[in-house]
Amino acid sequence: MALASLLIVANRLLHVQEDPRIDRVTQMLPGTNCGGCGYPGCRPFAEALVTGEVLPGGCTVSSPAEQSQIAGYLDVDVGRQEKRVARLACAGGSNVSRNHAHYQGLGTCAAATLVAGGGKGCFWGCLGLGDCQVVCTFDAIEMNNHRLPVVNESLCTACGDCVTACPKNLFSLELQSQQLWVACRSQDAGDEILEDCLVACTACGRCALDAPALIEMQGNLPVIDFSKGPATRTAIERCPTGAIVWLDPEAGAMKGSSARKIVRQGDRPDAPT
Amino acid sequence: MNIFGAKSFAHGIHPPESKDDTSGQPIRQFPFAPVLEVPLSQHVGQPAVPVVREGQEVERGQCLARPDGFLSVAMHAPASGVVKRIGLIPGISGKMVRGFFIEPFPASTQEVLEGTACDADTASPEEIVTAIQNAGVVGLGGAGFPTHAKLRIPPDKHVDTVVINGAECEPYLTTDHRVMLEHAEDVIAGIRYLLRAAGAEQAIIAIEANKPDAADKIRAAITDNARISVEVLPVKYPQGAERILIKTLLGREIPSGSLTLDVNALCFNVTSTAEIGRLLPHGAGLQERVMTVGGPAVKNKGNYRVPIGTPLRFVLETAGLEDDVACVFLGGPMMGQAVSSLDIPVTKGTTGVIAFTGREAKYLSAQKEYPCIRCGYCVEACPIFLNPSQLGLLAGQNQYEKMADEFYLMDCFECGCCTWVCPSHIPLVQQFRVAKAAVRKVRKTV
Repeated sequence: MALASLLIVANRLLHVQEDPRIDRVTQMLPGTNCGGCGYPGCRPFAEALVTGEVLPGGCTVSSPAEQSQIAGYLDVDVGRQEKRVARLACAGGSNVSRNHAHYQGLGTCAAATLVAGGGKGCFWGCLGLGDCQVVCTFDAIEMNNHRLPVVNESLCTACGDCVTACPKNLFSLELQSQQLWVACRSQDAGDEILEDCLVACTACGRCALDAPALIEMQGNLPVIDFSKGPATRTAIERCPTGAIVWLDPEAGAMKGSSARKIVRQGDRPDAPT
Repeated sequence: MNIFGAKSFAHGIHPPESKDDTSGQPIRQFPFAPVLEVPLSQHVGQPAVPVVREGQEVERGQCLARPDGFLSVAMHAPASGVVKRIGLIPGISGKMVRGFFIEPFPASTQEVLEGTACDADTASPEEIVTAIQNAGVVGLGGAGFPTHAKLRIPPDKHVDTVVINGAECEPYLTTDHRVMLEHAEDVIAGIRYLLRAAGAEQAIIAIEANKPDAADKIRAAITDNARISVEVLPVKYPQGAERILIKTLLGREIPSGSLTLDVNALCFNVTSTAEIGRLLPHGAGLQERVMTVGGPAVKNKGNYRVPIGTPLRFVLETAGLEDDVACVFLGGPMMGQAVSSLDIPVTKGTTGVIAFTGREAKYLSAQKEYPCIRCGYCVEACPIFLNPSQLGLLAGQNQYEKMADEFYLMDCFECGCCTWVCPSHIPLVQQFRVAKAAVRKVRKTV
């Protein structure tokens, strides 16, 4: 009884007055706690919204309508940000890439990487065991027939979970409007890499020559600097393997006209031992 | 200490030794491969810095790269030839590492370039540490930790005992056994360097009871009976783990997160010790290593002195392979690693290469996994008294942080005893390796 009254007194005396808007804004937010905004979860983001640290557009999950609703409630600008999505820097599905060994251990990419990098011939390439698919909260990643993850850009919220999950560091968050993309991370130069993957970058440098302002070769890979001006499709035209692609909203990843055509649908046979 | 009077440790397992095929074969010199691939990073720490150019002719034993900072060692040319290029070499870690592609001259001999000698009786401890670093010696038992870095003892620490690890508890491997048999004098010479550099009073050479001939040879070679002794230990896996060996021999338990230095002891692999004793009197560098080439799929099993940088494909083809080779391990089957490509070169840390045919690989591949029945076999097998059963359950839930904070995951040295005894075939140690990598990644970024 005495303790109960003590609690009542403590509750009255030590009560913290909290801005009631925080609770209200938290309810308006999607509540996925994905962390895509840069805050630990939805409530810390709501606190930051109320103090005016960020604008509602910082939330990568909620729809424009929901964002305007929060903006209206708090009487601030929406501050809409350009949509970013996760992109995979590997196109080496099982129809174009070869394995050097059969991996039989635990069925996760994280485990396969620890066993001599997994069985794939290309040391940089996607292992295709789908750690990214498992970790994605929004079901935006699906493995295709060639054991390569495909990001559904309309569902992707750029939370960055796949970026941390991929042991080969193949995912990165990019602006959806940027259509030029290098789908390879091989740091090898020369045609030897084609033995292991038909769509690898051979570091021939043609794209960098064709778009000198935009693309620079760094560490045997083309690096695109979008701040240098608008990208055009000229960069992909002469690529012999189709490692650099143009991401069309309708047609998907488009290769240049000189790229080798890939017709094989089944798996490529393993390398001879 | 058990009732038979021999020192040993609690827990552990007894896997089949499978050493008879190679333990009786003398060490043979291996030929040069057409191209040798010498990675710049074959050790824990900073990669070495190249001191030769592409296209330059080098002599066998010549320094190719100098150490970059203290936690780094020098690299030496394994053969006289031309540095064709400096490029990316596939490594056992699954990453490409920079290194030299050396094409030996057709008439390249076994003669080795020598440098300034370092005398065990007159050199100062600092001189010995530098000489070991410049000789490129690392832990040849597989860990690859630079040997000289262990010998840099902080002023507030004191080492009284140097433990020389000749246990070689790993099945199939007989590298250390042959080295002790054939190079006992080098082992003793190496110990004299180590004792002087560490300022230690005594050295104990630990040998498992399945190598009585090696123990006899070493005993006969000991010149300084007051300081150097041999201890024969019962056969048990993982006897040769540093922490367990020190506990067995000296009765000192190394606390979690501490080093052997904290209990006034240092532990060195016997082959590393022999290399120190062989190289330092001539000022030469480590450019080849003794390794076991064995397993049921190898025709000419044995121990070979293989030049560093020899591609695995060349090693196995020269030794001869059965047709249906299915699985190749670097190191032994317990703590070694399956390789994904035969283009990986032999490095300083390669204790052996073991090849299995399809028939044996059937037993190696993952068996059907059943739920944990709480039998406690793994708890009784773990040599460092962890709770693998509980850790395994947590790993299934991806609770890696909890595993590390509450169940001492990071102390696990991946001996694999838990997986070996598990009747439900749960891949415990594999899960722990994933968990340890995840924890390391998080702790590094935070």
